[in-house]
Amino acid sequence: MKKWLQFLVLITSITSTSALLASGGIGEGSEGRSSQMPPVMNAKWKAECSGCHMLYHPGLLPERSWKAVMAGLDKHFGESAGLDAATRDEITSFLVLNSADKSANRRSSRINQSIPTNSTPLRVSETRYFISKHDEISASTFKRKSVGSSANCIACHRGAEKGDFSESQVRIPR
Amino acid sequence: MRNIYILLGILFSVNAFAATPQELLKQYEVQAKQENAAFTGFSADAGASFFRTERAHSNGKQVSCATCHTSDPRNQGKTRANKVIEPMAPIVNAKRFTDPAKVEKWFGRNCKDVLERACTAKEKGDYIQFMLSVK
Ligand code: HEC
Ligand code: HEC
Ligand code: HEC
Repeated sequence: MKKWLQFLVLITSITSTSALLASGGIGEGSEGRSSQMPPVMNAKWKAECSGCHMLYHPGLLPERSWKAVMAGLDKHFGESAGLDAATRDEITSFLVLNSADKSANRRSSRINQSIPTNSTPLRVSETRYFISKHDEISASTFKRKSVGSSANCIACHRGAEKGDFSESQVRIPR
Repeated sequence: MRNIYILLGILFSVNAFAATPQELLKQYEVQAKQENAAFTGFSADAGASFFRTERAHSNGKQVSCATCHTSDPRNQGKTRANKVIEPMAPIVNAKRFTDPAKVEKWFGRNCKDVLERACTAKEKGDYIQFMLSVK
């Protein structure tokens, strides 16, 4: 009897694993699109946009926002973050190519849909999507020393730089 | 094949950018003499006070280089967005002052944000001299 049970569990886990693999793994939604942002990489982006804060995945903002961010680096949220023109243009192209309105994953689409077409937010943390997902977190939690501000996604979302904001990866530090 | 490209990339970037802090100081010395004929040399003490002196910024805040880099250059610092900055002193962070383009880029940004002007070659040299004097 016990042996049978073990056998059954084994068979079930094998079949469910292969079903998962066939469907493209965890994170595949019913619409057949990935719910998480795809991994992306550009060496200049990684080097130049991670000195002062975490790397923000290009899928977090639409094309017009990235263009505005990149056009204003000399006065970037109160700091000088200017780059030479060649580096700036390369990073802009990379961000635009993978921006929320160009990326097919569900997360990016929802962020994009939450932004009125007549606005160009410079912050992900200003979007309606972000605000609705964090309405239970108090301002004082974001201000904790271990977090700093709502812009510091990686303090709570371990996989933030890879574009992974899944619930299983969230932990609010003390 | 890919490895060869990576290897070439590393070799190229090392050749193109590597410098020692002493070589950087030499370059700033040439500039400092051009900026001021009376220039006599860099001073670690002047660099230390430059690093720690707070200035009233037009945005109402008191700022210094130490605001982000902390007053002890052997310590890790922190950006306004809460990201760790590795220590400034070469004795604990050998990567500092070895990439001239990076050094110039950050002097450019940080001097503008703290002093609201560019740093002089003398200020840059004093700063590096101070960092090298930290044991
Ligand atoms: C010199 C420092 C510095 C550099 C370099 C820098 N940033 Fe920033 N960035 C900041 C600061 C400061 C903030 C505001 C953080 C806060 O409010 O906590 C910010 C915020 C942002 C935000 C808004 C985050 C949010 O949702 O609130 C985006 C997007 C951003 N940066 C993109 C970039 C990109 C792209 C690059 C590279 C081209 C870059 N940054 C390089 C300092 C920098
Ligand atoms: C103080 C911690 C904290 C910070 C900082 C933070 N988040 Fe969150 N985030 C959470 C929590 C908690 C949830 C809710 C998870 C849940 O529903 O179980 C959440 C949910 C989300 C979700 C929805 C996840 C889902 O699948 O429903 C997204 C997307 C998200 N955050 C993105 C961001 C981004 C982008 C940033 C930075 C600009 C950020 N978060 C900053 C704590 C944080
Ligand atoms: C707002 C925060 C902030 C302030 C204030 C600040 N810095 Fe920086 N500094 C940074 C960051 C971020 C980096 C790059 C991160 C890294 O290289 O680890 C950096 C890097 C540097 C570097 C590059 C060194 C190297 O070889 O890697 C120099 C030089 C420098 N800063 C000088 C200064 C000087 C001079 C001042 C004061 C006039 C100053 N900093 C004030 C944030 C700051």
